[in-house]
Amino acid sequence: MKQLIKSREAILTAAIVVLLGLIATRFPAFVTPGNLAAVFNDTSPLIILAIGQMIVILTKCIDLSVAATLALTGMVCAMINVAAPGVPVFVIVAVAIGMGMALGAFNGVLTWKLGIPPIVVTLGTMTIYRGIIFLISDGKWVNSHEMTPAFKALPRVAFLGLPALSWLAIAIILIAFVAMTRTTLGRAFFAVGGNPHAAVYTGINVGRTQFWAFVASGGLAGLTGYLWVSRYAVAYVDIALGFELDVVAACVIGGIAISGGIGSVGGAVLGAIFLGVIKNALPVVNISPFWQMAISGSAIIIAIAVNTRAGRSKGRVILKKTEAEA
Amino acid sequence: MSVMKKMLTTVAVATAFVGGAAQAEDMRIALVVKALGIGFFEAAAKGAEEAAAELGGVEIIYTGPTDTTAEGQIEVINSLIAQGVDAIAISANDPDAVAPALKKAMDRGITVISWDSGVAQEGRQMHLNPSSNALIGNMIIKLAADHLPEGGQVAVLSASATATNQNIWIDEMNKVMGNYPGIEVVTTVYGDDLADKSYREAQGLMQSYPDLDAIIAPTSVGIVAAAQAVADAGKIGQINVTGLGLPSEMAGAIESGASQSFAIWNPIDLGYSATMIAHALATGAATAEPGASIPMGRMGSVTLDDTNSGAMADPFVYDASNIEQFKSIF
Repeated sequence: MKQLIKSREAILTAAIVVLLGLIATRFPAFVTPGNLAAVFNDTSPLIILAIGQMIVILTKCIDLSVAATLALTGMVCAMINVAAPGVPVFVIVAVAIGMGMALGAFNGVLTWKLGIPPIVVTLGTMTIYRGIIFLISDGKWVNSHEMTPAFKALPRVAFLGLPALSWLAIAIILIAFVAMTRTTLGRAFFAVGGNPHAAVYTGINVGRTQFWAFVASGGLAGLTGYLWVSRYAVAYVDIALGFELDVVAACVIGGIAISGGIGSVGGAVLGAIFLGVIKNALPVVNISPFWQMAISGSAIIIAIAVNTRAGRSKGRVILKKTEAEA
Repeated sequence: MSVMKKMLTTVAVATAFVGGAAQAEDMRIALVVKALGIGFFEAAAKGAEEAAAELGGVEIIYTGPTDTTAEGQIEVINSLIAQGVDAIAISANDPDAVAPALKKAMDRGITVISWDSGVAQEGRQMHLNPSSNALIGNMIIKLAADHLPEGGQVAVLSASATATNQNIWIDEMNKVMGNYPGIEVVTTVYGDDLADKSYREAQGLMQSYPDLDAIIAPTSVGIVAAAQAVADAGKIGQINVTGLGLPSEMAGAIESGASQSFAIWNPIDLGYSATMIAHALATGAATAEPGASIPMGRMGSVTLDDTNSGAMADPFVYDASNIEQFKSIF
């Protein structure tokens, strides 16, 4: 099993290196360490969201409301900051995470207690959350000059050469890695998606596990909401519109099976970085915007095609060792 | 039916009476806005009052529905007809829905013009646009060129590659490039009116063109994102972000210096000009017909095209000197 994941991640890493090589032929400055760090920083929100989405997809669910959760939490954070500039930033971050978890819990409860398919639940809440932003903001923007300097500074504070936004992403990658491989709940996410019936027999409550997956995804989306709004220093109804598709794409590229049960934190992170590299490279390689869309779409399909092929061959080798020994 | 007729007649007589009494004192011009309580329109009303003070003998009725609906505006128009005002200048919530009510007003001899957001041709005598595509195209490059006396490289950060307005403005800009020698437009990129994509495109511009002097963003999302990207890259003072934006949204960028100046319509001038035009038409000093030139006081005059609409002026330039005044308005 370990070897499988390793090879999947190895393929993706190789793909990213090849991609960087191709970009370097057109724009050499792209592969300088400083720029790569900037690309990682720019991709950090996507990485954080992809980790949350990965957990949800592992449990055979999908969370299409991540971008709307992000936008709603971001707007609330910005409005708190405007209404009460004295509230310290760490309180706002806590509110962001808490509120994101609550919004995720709402998705979770609908899926768990009412048994509505998650794609329907989150498609609905996606629209509801966007609608709420419109209601609370009256369609108005919260602008850079209305936010306090401290509110805008957090993602930009540099520490050991990297901005705090990057460090937060790194911290979340590490926490998620430990949680997914070393905790009961982390393993339960895999079990629920891999074989729900077997999971029930081992005493895992499938619905409750899915509920916690949504809470985790919501909490991460909430945190990203604050980071997003403070980084771009603006909050309005349409921020991160359509971003949920990028998040799901990052997971699929990263080899997380939409049917649940298969995936890894490393895969989600690499999938996000792969997309992040493309997004950051397209503006500098001087390609017509009409071609840009086709190129990023093709890159996604190629990555997935390679991944599925790799995944298929992996699935067949389970009993080989025993056969050989016998 | 006969009761109805009688009632209508009574109303009409009463209206004529009230109208006649008012006319003896003041000319009453109604400024009908999309909704009350919007900073942009409050500012337009301020401009209308300024015009009224200049003209003398003019009373401004600033009115509109409480929310931006055509139904609300129709009610307001009907009550204005009943009050027998002399002129209605409207920024419409729907070009077609309000036209019948306005037509009724014109039938009663009320001068009707639209401004900002137009009304279908049969529902008004003329329409005043805040600006024109040609003026906007010229303004966005002028904003960049004014701060580059020795010439330099500028890049355009637009909305989506298929956005009609932005493409027309960029075309108009390219037509007048000959007037700005030394200014080179190096590329046009598209931020799709998404903050994150616009930010990334702006970063890409700074990488691809290290000698870039200005970014022109004729879109409100793009200009804010580009200003933030320039500030984060530590290139304030080196790259000037300009284009079209709203004062409330751009106040931070002006403050930080990422943007020297930007442009958009001035609601005060718009209200002022609409009032001046309404007055000129209502007094018979001017007639609204294709090719006509109607005076607008300090704003010069507007020339009408085949559809009886005209452009007021160049977009108004906002910079550090006036941003404080306008950032709370719109």
